[in-house]
Amino acid sequence: MFIAIGALTAFKSDIPVGYKVGDIATDFSLKNVDGNKVSLKDFKSAKGFIVVFTCNHCPYAQAYEDRIIALDKKYKSQGYPVIAINPNNPEKQKDDSFVKMQERAKDKKFAFPYLLDEGQKIFPQYGATKTPHVYVLQKTAKGNIVKYIGAIDDNYEDAAAVKQKYVENAVDALVKGKEVTVKETKAIGCSIKA
Amino acid sequence: MRFTPKIPVIAGVMLLCSFAISCKERADNTEITTQEPAIPIVDTTIIQPPKPLKVYSNDTVSVNAYEYSGLEYYLKQKNDTTYVVNFWATWCVPCVEELPNFEKINAKYKENKVKVILVSLDMAKMVETKLLPFINQKQIKSQVLLLRDPDADSWIPKVDSTWSGAIPATLIYNKDMRKFYERSFTYDELEKEISNFK
Repeated sequence: MFIAIGALTAFKSDIPVGYKVGDIATDFSLKNVDGNKVSLKDFKSAKGFIVVFTCNHCPYAQAYEDRIIALDKKYKSQGYPVIAINPNNPEKQKDDSFVKMQERAKDKKFAFPYLLDEGQKIFPQYGATKTPHVYVLQKTAKGNIVKYIGAIDDNYEDAAAVKQKYVENAVDALVKGKEVTVKETKAIGCSIKA
Repeated sequence: MRFTPKIPVIAGVMLLCSFAISCKERADNTEITTQEPAIPIVDTTIIQPPKPLKVYSNDTVSVNAYEYSGLEYYLKQKNDTTYVVNFWATWCVPCVEELPNFEKINAKYKENKVKVILVSLDMAKMVETKLLPFINQKQIKSQVLLLRDPDADSWIPKVDSTWSGAIPATLIYNKDMRKFYERSFTYDELEKEISNFK
């Protein structure tokens, strides 16, 4: 089994590996839509973070926009704010330019940071491959530990038909001091354009 | 609905079982068994194409939509053809860019037992407004199927354990080989990969 995984990893060595659940996530200093730099360490009272790699142009990201806003609204007060990061290179995806990000954040009244991964340096460290792609982090003395990686829930098409709210379940567990049960899920998304 | 393609297999197995049972009974009842009727051979590898969840169509084009359980048939055919299954969507820019390469392969290798299947991941609400007009406009000749199964975590690992869910992605397989690619292809790259399947 381990040999098989090793072989697969070796075979896919051209693709950045990124974090696994249990790893310590890197902090960053990225430009927010308000012009200021934002880092995880700025959030002194946070107990953790819902880091969402998302963007303007992707229909899947758009389908989840209102749900991302709702996540921030529900969990910021519980110590888990949303930190949205646009990983796309605006040179390759015009709709994901900093100006367009500012417009989107204003139109949708984002109450959370919407950061541009300038130079596309942060998303490969996390191992994000698509938008939307979520990492739930828990703040500890050792650093921000990855507790969940994957989709927001199990139905991108219809928020009303969702059966499993993966991110909510993960954060609810962390808030209660419990173990996250579903630690990793997969979802279709727009590949990140670096 | 999810187990539809398995029903013929189950039915086949049950049929075999019932024959086996009936034979045994007969053997118990009489010692002369030379005139036994031949047991028909039930080939469980031949499974009929699944019934689509829905058929979307306009005046010129028609696309069958499947849940993953139905689509699976198209990912596991065992015959003398090499299948090139591309996962894409009309809104996915790199997917649309590489689509002509798949079309060219489909046309060029038609007589050489290579078949391209384009699996669209367009959202249901976009099928009539985006997907059907796109197929018409671009004169897509390869077979297009729609995968309409929003619970992606349930089926992404079944397509391939290494797939993160990003598109474009391509599966190339025949009865002997199977390879998955989470990447874009130029025409030359695609042709080279397919040549390894001969």
